[in-house]
Amino acid sequence: MTVRRVTRAILEPLLAGVLAVLMLAVLLGVSGYPVGEALSALWRGAFGSWSVIASGTLVRATPLLFAGLAVAVAFRAGILNIGAEGQLLMGACAATAVSVAVPPSFGAAGLILALLAGIVAGGTWAAIPAVMRLRFGVLEVISTIMLNVVALNITGLLVRGPLQETTHTFPQSALLDRALRLPQLMTGSRLHAGVLLALVTAIGLAWFLRATAPGYRLRMTGANPAAAASAGRIDVGRVMFAAFVLSGALAGLGGAVEVTGVTYALYENLSPGYGYTAIAVALLARLNPASAIGAAVVFGALEAGASAMQRDAQVPAGMVGVVEASVILVLLASEWVGARVAARGASIRGGTPRAENLPGPAVS
Amino acid sequence: MSTAAPRLALDAIRRSYGEVQALDGASLRVAAGEVHALLGENGAGKTTLMKIAFGLDRADSGTLAIDGTVMSFRSPRDAMARGIGMVQQHFALVEAMTVAENVALGGKGLLNYAATRLTIARISDASGLSIDPDARVRDLPIGAQQRLEIVKALSRNTTTLILDEPTAVLSPHEARELLAWTRRFADGGGTVILIAHKLREVLSVADRVTVLRRGRTVLTAAAHETSEELLADAMLGETVATDLVATRRSTQSNAAARGAKAVVTLTRVGVTDAQGVLRLTDADCVVRAGEIIGVAAVEGAGQRELLRVIAGRLAPSHGSAELPAEVGFVPEDRHRDAVVLDATLTENVALRDANARSGMMPWSVLRASTTALMRERDVRADGESATMRTLSGGNQQKLVIGRELANVPAALVVENPTRGLDIRATADVHAAIRAARDAGTAVIVYSSDLDEVLLLADRVVVVAGGRLTEMPLDRDAVGRAMLTGGAS
Repeated sequence: MTVRRVTRAILEPLLAGVLAVLMLAVLLGVSGYPVGEALSALWRGAFGSWSVIASGTLVRATPLLFAGLAVAVAFRAGILNIGAEGQLLMGACAATAVSVAVPPSFGAAGLILALLAGIVAGGTWAAIPAVMRLRFGVLEVISTIMLNVVALNITGLLVRGPLQETTHTFPQSALLDRALRLPQLMTGSRLHAGVLLALVTAIGLAWFLRATAPGYRLRMTGANPAAAASAGRIDVGRVMFAAFVLSGALAGLGGAVEVTGVTYALYENLSPGYGYTAIAVALLARLNPASAIGAAVVFGALEAGASAMQRDAQVPAGMVGVVEASVILVLLASEWVGARVAARGASIRGGTPRAENLPGPAVS
Repeated sequence: MSTAAPRLALDAIRRSYGEVQALDGASLRVAAGEVHALLGENGAGKTTLMKIAFGLDRADSGTLAIDGTVMSFRSPRDAMARGIGMVQQHFALVEAMTVAENVALGGKGLLNYAATRLTIARISDASGLSIDPDARVRDLPIGAQQRLEIVKALSRNTTTLILDEPTAVLSPHEARELLAWTRRFADGGGTVILIAHKLREVLSVADRVTVLRRGRTVLTAAAHETSEELLADAMLGETVATDLVATRRSTQSNAAARGAKAVVTLTRVGVTDAQGVLRLTDADCVVRAGEIIGVAAVEGAGQRELLRVIAGRLAPSHGSAELPAEVGFVPEDRHRDAVVLDATLTENVALRDANARSGMMPWSVLRASTTALMRERDVRADGESATMRTLSGGNQQKLVIGRELANVPAALVVENPTRGLDIRATADVHAAIRAARDAGTAVIVYSSDLDEVLLLADRVVVVAGGRLTEMPLDRDAVGRAMLTGGAS
């Protein structure tokens, strides 16, 4: 059972990756691009060397993992948080604000403050749609998408105003002082300590959901809020609010890590849609935090490979976006088919004569 | 019987799903113009057989003949073309649409709203099944939704109507009306096949009865030639049936006379709902340790609120409720309110203390206690890590009752505890409720089946129009009070 789950958690993202490449090959061929050349550029850009894996794939997988965890934990609680993008950006803004405000002599303490600021900002940003949903019944799918736009514009405002670099020329913040950056893991690569933080967060979150009482309440609330409230006497509203804020905090931490580990400055295009790709990451991982690690690496590799493909084979990177989306559709379809097969099996088992006195409702 | 070919004849039907032989040579002959009851325990194959007759499923072998002609239905469309209609247990209605739109659904060509409304009016007049064509289905009470399903079937010129456990969702009053309608429909030349559980109901309306057991036809008889005991014997096999009938009435407890302590005390309790409507008014009620209070009421009389106040799931708007710290609660909508279908059995059992816990979940302890609970309550499942969804309704209910009765709570509130369960599972649930009473728990039972209330109760209160009245254990008086609002 557990072994099966683990192999599935590894195999499924792998399969999705293979599927994506196959679909990409077809798409490239149909569009008249040199398939072999493009795919080899994709491979080289994603896995060509240790340094490419570290600087390309893993660096891109890190914010995807944070935001993917954010989406997964919200979905598990029954909240459709589409706002990881905005929460990530607000985390990045807050981390930047703290980093430029504290003196470099703070060192590691300053870095930790910046990361905490990201967590708080992401969580607070998520609290807005949470209150709107729980108090006023505003659907979070809508409100979070809108707040993504708001967050993007706040970022734009900040990098042209209060947080703009000292020459007031470029729409970006000042570069973070070296002492306030996340440490590098490999000399000569862009791989930073944030990737480890993301791994620990994923495993911690998996443990939290499985082993702790609040995690259990979160899962039950998401799976059936009415039963959680009635049979479990769980304060469903409170659990959902907490899950929403936790989700935002995870995305916000992702934004803070991106600023302190990769870009070292805030600017508008900080995220190429990490918060949206994160939804795909979470779905591919079947909302399982541990599986999200593999899913984030697959999508990180595709994104890293896409830029290499654009550079070396002049294939638009958007092509990869099409494939990413198609993979998700295929996976969702297979999930749906799987669920139908399972439901059929269950209804048949329900009618089993092995306990002929108590079979189920479907075959009565 | 006449020599004419039967309206519907199913012969030697076999159907298996994987390893499971759902039908093993079942036969059924239904003459035109009769109400034919199809009986059997859950899992006996009733629904499967009717799905085959309606083209929803196909037999592995055996023959299906309509008016003497052998047929092979590929889909319900084929069956409908032959005048066969079916109202399934779970209605196939689009809740967001109006009655007329639902009736028009599945027709051909453009939607002609005016013509559809006329059709509905014509059918309503002819059948006496009144329904507002412009009402939205989601606003209709369940009885009206069922009328809509029947109207929908009749609008397709159905002459043979299959009703799958139609009374399970109805109040006693609505059930009586529906059964009376089936009689009229048959007297007018129509044919009705009634899948049913309640033997008394069946005998009150059916002309003929067929009983299935384990996918085989074990009895076909004219209704007047049989009896509740005979039918129960046929459904269950001889051994169990006699005890079930014999234990109809157990010894009753008189807790007040024994001076048992009051566990639940409601004083002038009122409940106002979200729309500001008073659902429950000035309810005074005392439940003592070791007694079963039966609550009798028609749908929507305020019993739902009463039960939830006692269960501690709803705070009263007025008055005071003295409740024990722990009250077990078995709500009527099991899938919605009592279980998490996609969670494991252990996770479902753990719900009980879900809110009180902090820190780590003691999963190994919980797994062991769930396994013990399953053994104690005879829950048949593939281990404690099976998902709730894979269990039959009876097993789900036994697990829920076991969960709510673990550690012997001071009070237990039970709402329609046997809805949709077969005879044997019903007997198990009744035994569990009585055992809780005998162990000193104060029990409150509501059932929309008055016979079930009277069977279990030591005392009966009637809720009518939001008011509560205690009544003697007298079927006639209680039934009257439910409809009229009691003696007051």
